[in-house]
Amino acid sequence: MEVTRTPLVAMRDISLAFGGIHAVDRVSVDLYAGEVLALLGHNGAGKSSLIKILSGAYSRDSGTIAIRGQEAMIANPRDAKRYGIETIYQTLALADNVDTAANLFLGRELRTCFGTLDDIAMEAEARKVMGRLNPHFQRFKDPVKSLSGGQRQSVAIARAILFNAQILIMDEPTAALGPQETAQVGELIHQLKSQGLGIFLISHDIHDVFELADRVCVMKNGAVVGTARTADVTKDEVLGMIILGKCPSGAAPGPGAMAERDLPAPAPT
Amino acid sequence: MLARYLKSTELDTRMLGMVLALVLIWIVFHVLSGGLFLTPRNLWNLSVQSSSVAIMSTGMVLVIVTRNIDLSIGSMLGFIGMVMAVVQADLLPKFLGFEHPATWIAALAAGLLLGVILGAFQGALIAYLGIPSFIVTLGGLLVWRGAAWWVTYGQTVAPLDGTFKLMGGGPEGSIGAAWSWTLGVAACAAVVALLAYSRVRRRQFQFPLRPMAAEIFLGGLASLLILGAVAVANAYPWPIGSVRRYAQANHIVLPEGGLFIAHGLAIPVLIAIAVGIAMTFLATRTRFGRYVYAIGGNPEAAELAGINTRWVIVKVFMLMGLLTAISAAISIARLDAATNSEGTLAELLVIAAAVIGGTSLAGGTGTVAGAMLGAVLMQSLQSGMVLLGVDTPLQNIVVGVVLVLAVWLDTAYRRRRA
Repeated sequence: MEVTRTPLVAMRDISLAFGGIHAVDRVSVDLYAGEVLALLGHNGAGKSSLIKILSGAYSRDSGTIAIRGQEAMIANPRDAKRYGIETIYQTLALADNVDTAANLFLGRELRTCFGTLDDIAMEAEARKVMGRLNPHFQRFKDPVKSLSGGQRQSVAIARAILFNAQILIMDEPTAALGPQETAQVGELIHQLKSQGLGIFLISHDIHDVFELADRVCVMKNGAVVGTARTADVTKDEVLGMIILGKCPSGAAPGPGAMAERDLPAPAPT
Repeated sequence: MLARYLKSTELDTRMLGMVLALVLIWIVFHVLSGGLFLTPRNLWNLSVQSSSVAIMSTGMVLVIVTRNIDLSIGSMLGFIGMVMAVVQADLLPKFLGFEHPATWIAALAAGLLLGVILGAFQGALIAYLGIPSFIVTLGGLLVWRGAAWWVTYGQTVAPLDGTFKLMGGGPEGSIGAAWSWTLGVAACAAVVALLAYSRVRRRQFQFPLRPMAAEIFLGGLASLLILGAVAVANAYPWPIGSVRRYAQANHIVLPEGGLFIAHGLAIPVLIAIAVGIAMTFLATRTRFGRYVYAIGGNPEAAELAGINTRWVIVKVFMLMGLLTAISAAISIARLDAATNSEGTLAELLVIAAAVIGGTSLAGGTGTVAGAMLGAVLMQSLQSGMVLLGVDTPLQNIVVGVVLVLAVWLDTAYRRRRA
């Protein structure tokens, strides 16, 4: 039954090179509605580059992206947002000098009937969505640069969920958060999943990944090592994929998987 | 107690500091000059002299907020001024004759259009070709000055169209006592209406409201300032020569003690105020302004949020060109002539005004009102020193020192608050 479902996002043979370096090398990934797919790999494995192609920040050299089976034209972040793709960047990508509401609605401001900014309506919406994520948050008038790391992260998350996203990309969403806020984000992810969103989750925390993700996709040197359901693999096996590029039996190998002959020879007895 | 009261008005403390500094400078000059500074005549002149730099500084704020700079506006002012002068003094009279009622409009429109085109050209080089604005506008500084020379091969163009000249101020270029009062009262009504509207909106969404006392204080203070300015402008009479000409033209017999005709607010000052209001509106109440500040705060984030950042930058430079053209019109109208050197070093005065007014060269922060206040502050220093008979080289030294001092104070203030 899983096989016959049309993926929400199907990325096929995506490649991107910076100069001579293949940041993303013939990567194919599917994401289904209502699932969390974790992207794993070392720094520089190509996760963030792949994700930035989907969110329109980078333009790919080759490959296709299909949304619900239809080929999608994504050339810039505006296009991506039209397809319901929202991104929480690792750097948060907040305009530090303006306040929370201005950041939440950046690029999609609410306007009054005169065409001017409707700051009050935006602040009211901001209060609503922030109340869901961070009930104690009160500093709506301050520029976000004066907020704490956790508060800034909540602003970035709030911005992504404010506009009825269909596809959510979270690049290290809990990096700046304390344990309580991390739990809150975990809860939010479950909630969004049950609403039928597809979520790409990039994380370094293997524990988080097994907690939240339905499937994992491991990348190394720009290529996919393998994809697996979290239920079918162990944490050690996933670590082996990340570090060695060794694809365990529970996972479907990708082009980046280490071939049999490359495996280290057994220690001499 | 007082601190809490001030806080409840939500006034910008930094801005208050600037106003305080300005008042201090005025009082010091008044005392040192033996009571010459705070007179209707000097204040009226000060307002007219500030308007050209003040108008350009409002655009420079947006340029600097987006992490750019415009060094070309002085030369651009010279070039546009020259073109506007040639259009009204040489070109149009050939077809329409001198003093045709449409001349001033056509000349002004040509200048404004030229300003927008020059700004768009520089902005496109900066935004789409990725050449640093410092370099593009440094090139512009040389190019437009050369172009200004080329229009008439260095010849001064004079005199200008009579209606156009009104933009420069002077007795005829002021609106007189009755209109000044009318405008002043209307402005007070607008302030009160604005305060009331914002209160109603905030109540609608059940946001915290300012205490009523604070609202009344704000409205009262603003009205007092507006009416005070009108009173000062109306206390400055026409010079005897203008009165005599006026009397002759209207066949009035001059009474024994002369005739008191008030200047009222000068047209260039009204233009500057209108520009200030329009630019404040643009910067704070529109999408464009929001994008300008967002780009200044984090260009990458603005791009990722789906903002067409390049086009916004081009628009900022177009706006700067437009404002430079307005200033050019005022400058040549005031002089009743366009010279090749008009506007030399204006870019530095404008940048200084914006920076003294709290615009950070790192981008992202700055207000239109602050920059205009900065322009008035710089002009106050200059005219004050002229009144005291300070030599020009020393004037420059003082202005330079004040600029550095102001920025240092501002940096220290921000660091303490952060």
